[in-house]
Amino acid sequence: MFLLILLLKIVALTFCVVLPLVPVAVFFERRFCAVIQDRVGPNRVGIPLTLFGFKKDCGILGIGGLIQPIADGIKLFLKEDFTPKHVRKVFYWLAPALTVAPALITACVIPFGTSVTLWGHTEQLVIANIDIGPLFIFAIASLTVYGITLAGWASNSKFPFLGGIRSAAQMISYEIALGLSIIPVLLFFGDLNLSHIVQQQADHGWLLLPLWGHDATHTLTEKLLFWFPAAISFLIFTISIFAETNRMPFDLPECETELVGGYHTEYSSMKFAMFFMGEYAAMVVGSALIVTVFLGGWSLGFGADGWIAELSVGGFGFGGFIHLGIFVAKVVAFILFFILVRWTIPRFRYDQLMKLGWVIFFEAALVNVFLAALIVAAPHLHGAIIGIGAVVLVAVTVAIVWVARVSEEKPPILRA
Amino acid sequence: MAVIKLQRPKLGPGEQIYLTALVKGFLLTLTHAVKSLLGKSMGAKDLASSGLGVTMQYPEQKWDEHLPEYYRGVPALVTDEQGRERCVACQLCEFICPPKAIKIIPGEIPSVDPWAKVEKRPAAFDIDMIRCIYCGMCEEVCPEQAIFLRKEYVMLGLKREDMVNHKDRLYEIGGVRVGLVNKWNELK
Repeated sequence: MFLLILLLKIVALTFCVVLPLVPVAVFFERRFCAVIQDRVGPNRVGIPLTLFGFKKDCGILGIGGLIQPIADGIKLFLKEDFTPKHVRKVFYWLAPALTVAPALITACVIPFGTSVTLWGHTEQLVIANIDIGPLFIFAIASLTVYGITLAGWASNSKFPFLGGIRSAAQMISYEIALGLSIIPVLLFFGDLNLSHIVQQQADHGWLLLPLWGHDATHTLTEKLLFWFPAAISFLIFTISIFAETNRMPFDLPECETELVGGYHTEYSSMKFAMFFMGEYAAMVVGSALIVTVFLGGWSLGFGADGWIAELSVGGFGFGGFIHLGIFVAKVVAFILFFILVRWTIPRFRYDQLMKLGWVIFFEAALVNVFLAALIVAAPHLHGAIIGIGAVVLVAVTVAIVWVARVSEEKPPILRA
Repeated sequence: MAVIKLQRPKLGPGEQIYLTALVKGFLLTLTHAVKSLLGKSMGAKDLASSGLGVTMQYPEQKWDEHLPEYYRGVPALVTDEQGRERCVACQLCEFICPPKAIKIIPGEIPSVDPWAKVEKRPAAFDIDMIRCIYCGMCEEVCPEQAIFLRKEYVMLGLKREDMVNHKDRLYEIGGVRVGLVNKWNELK
C-alpha cells in the first residue's frame, strides 16, 4: 500500500507537475522573449483536429501556440539521430541522461503543497519527506555537471570540450556559494526538512516577507533583523542558481559566438532534446527551490494557509491542491523572472564570472553566515559578547574587502 | 596641439555593486514588455501592428495598402486606356528572361480588326511562376511598355499547372495602364 501510494505520488508529482512545467517554461520563454522584443512569438499551433475530420483546429483556452512545445518535441523525435564516428559511444549516450535525471530526482524532496485527504487517508504532497532536503538537492543537482562534462569530453571535438570544461569550472565555483548562502536560512529555521521550513514560513511569515504570525518565539524585530542576511542569501542563492542552470548571464558553456553550440554541438535529435529538457528542468527545480526556501513555498501568506488546508468537501480535503496551484503559480512567476533576466543582463566575460564566484560571492556568503549566526544567537547572548562579535565581523569584512581590492590587478596606464 | 587628458569617470561604491543598475534594467525591460503587450511599442502604429509588439499577422491582416509604389510582384500584361493589348509579341522578354519563365506564341491581328496596323499580338503568353525570379528584366526590356511587375504577390497552386499564368490571367492581374509613351495611341 505504501509503495503504491509512493508510486502514485511519483507519477502524479513528477510527471504531472514538474515535467509539464518544462514545456510551459519553454512556451513562456518563447512568448515572453517575443513580447520583450516587440514580436508575437509562436501563436498558431493548435491541436490539428481537422486531420480527424473536425471542422476547426483547436487552441487550448483560446490561446494558440500552447501546443508549440509538443510540436517541437515531435519534430525532435522525428529528426535523424546522428552519432558521429569520432565520439566515445558509451559516454556520448550516457551524457544526455545524466543531465535530465538529476534535475528530475531533486524534485522529490520539494513540498508541492499541504496534505490531501481522501477516504480518511491523509497524504502529504511531497514525494520523499526526508530530513535532509537541501543537502539532498545539492548532492544530486551537482551530478548534472557530469552530464555536461561527459558530453563535452565524449564528443571528442574542440568546442564541445571547451564548453564542458567551462561548465565544470563554473558549476564547481558556484556550488560553494550556493551551499554557503543557504546556511543562514538553515540556521534561522533550525531544520533541514523542506516541508517543515515551508510550514514555518506559512505560520510565521515568509523569509523575505515576515509580516504575519508574530508570537513570543518569533518576534517581529527578530524576523526583521534577520531579513538582511536573508536578503543577501537570496541574492547570492538566486544568482548562483542562474549559474548552476547555465542561464543567460552565465551561459558560457554554450555561448554560440565562441563555442559554436557548446557542449551539445555534436548532438542531434532526441539526445539534444534531452539536454534542452535537462536545462529547463533544472530551471524549474531551481525556481521551485528558491520559492520553497525564500518565498514561502506553497503558502499564500497572511495567515490564510490554515484556512485553505482545512478546506474539504465530503471527506475529500482538497486544500493541498489549492496550495499546489499557488506553488506552481509562484514557480511560473519565477521562471518569468529568469526570462526577464535573460533579456536584461548581457553575458559575463569568463574572468568576470570566475571573479564574481570566487572573490565576491564566496566571501559574501561566508560573512553572511556569521552575520546570520550573530543575529540568530543575539537574544541568548550577553550584550558585550554581541558587541564584540559585531566588531570582529566588521573587522573581518573590512579585511576581506581590502584584500579583494589589493589583489585586484590594476590595468597599466596607457600613455598617449 | 596640447594633449588633453580625459579622466575616465570614477565609479562610486553604489555603481560598483551595480545593484541599482540591475533593478533599473529589469524595470526597463519590463516596461518595454508591458508596452509591447498593450501594442504601444515604438513604431507599432506606423507598421500597422496587430496589437502585440510591432508585428502584423499575415493572413488576417494584409499589407496591401502599405506596399510601396516600386513594389515588384507578379509580372503581368497590361492594356492601354483604349482597351488594346499593348503586347506586340516581339518576344524580347522571352529571350531576356534569365530563368526562361516566359513562353510566347505570336499571333497575327486580322485585317478587319481596328488595330490591324499593329500587325501582331500574342496568341498565347505563359509565365511560369515556379521559374520566375521577379527580376524585372521583362519590364525593363519591353519596348511597348506592355509587361509590368504589379503589386500582386499571392501565387498559390496545388499543381505545377496552377503556377503558370496564362494570357487572360495576366491581363486580369495587369489591368489597364494609362498614359506613358506609346506610338499606337489614337488619343495622342
